[in-house]
Amino acid sequence: MTAVLRFDNVTRVYRSGDDSVRALDAVSFEVRTGEMLAVMGPSGSGKSTLLAIAGGLDTADTGTVEVEGTALRGLGPTALACLRRDRIGYVFQDFNLIGDLTAAENVALPRELAGVGARSARRAAISALEEVGVAALGRRFPEQLSGGQRQRVAIARALIGERRLILADEPTGALDSLTSEVVLEALRSRADAGAAVVLVTHEPRYAGWADRTMFLRDGRIVDATTPRERPEQILETR
Amino acid sequence: MQKSAVRWGLLALFVDGPKYGYQLRTEFDARTGGAWALNVGQIYTTLERLDRDGFVSANGSNSEGRTVYEITGAGRAALTDWFASPVRDADRPRSELAIKLAMAATTAGVDIPTVVQAQRTESMRQMRDYVDLRRRADPDRDVAWMLLLDHMIFGLEAEIRWLDHIEATSLRRRRVVQQAEAVAPERVTS
Repeated sequence: MTAVLRFDNVTRVYRSGDDSVRALDAVSFEVRTGEMLAVMGPSGSGKSTLLAIAGGLDTADTGTVEVEGTALRGLGPTALACLRRDRIGYVFQDFNLIGDLTAAENVALPRELAGVGARSARRAAISALEEVGVAALGRRFPEQLSGGQRQRVAIARALIGERRLILADEPTGALDSLTSEVVLEALRSRADAGAAVVLVTHEPRYAGWADRTMFLRDGRIVDATTPRERPEQILETR
Repeated sequence: MQKSAVRWGLLALFVDGPKYGYQLRTEFDARTGGAWALNVGQIYTTLERLDRDGFVSANGSNSEGRTVYEITGAGRAALTDWFASPVRDADRPRSELAIKLAMAATTAGVDIPTVVQAQRTESMRQMRDYVDLRRRADPDRDVAWMLLLDHMIFGLEAEIRWLDHIEATSLRRRRVVQQAEAVAPERVTS
């Protein structure tokens, strides 16, 4: 397995006047192809900063971030935008849907921007919406959708195309327990198909869908589980 | 698992018809997904007690010569009461983890966040394995098994949240003490 995402000694400090907050402090880890990593930690522990840096939306002060072997620091704005559009699926906490586009158009947009024909992009969008159970809502505009429906549309947009790295920031935040499982199943199946998935969550039982979990506190990794063992053995050992 | 839980669990197996001892073992395993393996001795001891208490009674032998038992009216009534009664805190086993953390909090030289982190890593590993088993379960065939896995998953979730809370409380207390020491070291250390 090769690393899709690699953080090497990454530090990010936010400054405001004389104050500074070390949002990430010498963080190193990698997520390999076919692997799903959950990131947990209290509010302000650096989870969202980590995701924003991994997705090229924010920049590390020091250290190296690589996506599929390409250092993000060395990329110009256009190359970074292409990488984000084609290879990285990002689920934002606040969904970031475009209000003037329908749900299906929102989902299809990254494919169309990548040069895929409108009809083909539309088909892929409907398929992604189906995967998260909202295919019937494709013609609606974001303002006509509930919070949970908007969230699923945002997830469909992150899943569409050949995304090698999927970054999800609390993707189940607005969803009930059963709908959350649909979303987690979609993320898990992407990992099983070879993508690398990073899931930021407050919910331990959703982190349980990942291959391993990393805990952050004050910008540092305080503990992390090891990769999975064979689950058939667990009841014999309990 | 507690003795009383085994007793009621086995009694419940008689609701759909008479059974012999060994049959209870396989049915209990099937209904609980093999989560709590019972040994044959435990089953026969429990069966004798259920018979003594009048909750089941022997009703002849089957073609293989095994004694078959069936549930009595008193057994059905008691079982109905069991299903209708909540499990009280006092009935639950004491938690080694709760005792360990209570001791960690009051024993000099023990760093609570370190204890918490070690446990949380293990609890998350278990969580991952249970979620994996649940994902593989068949929602039509494995209803009881999935219910038990959910029980374990939600139990672990509560434990992990509790561990997070202990860690946060411990660290906040440490910061308060450090701040107090910085302001008036002689008063804190005296």
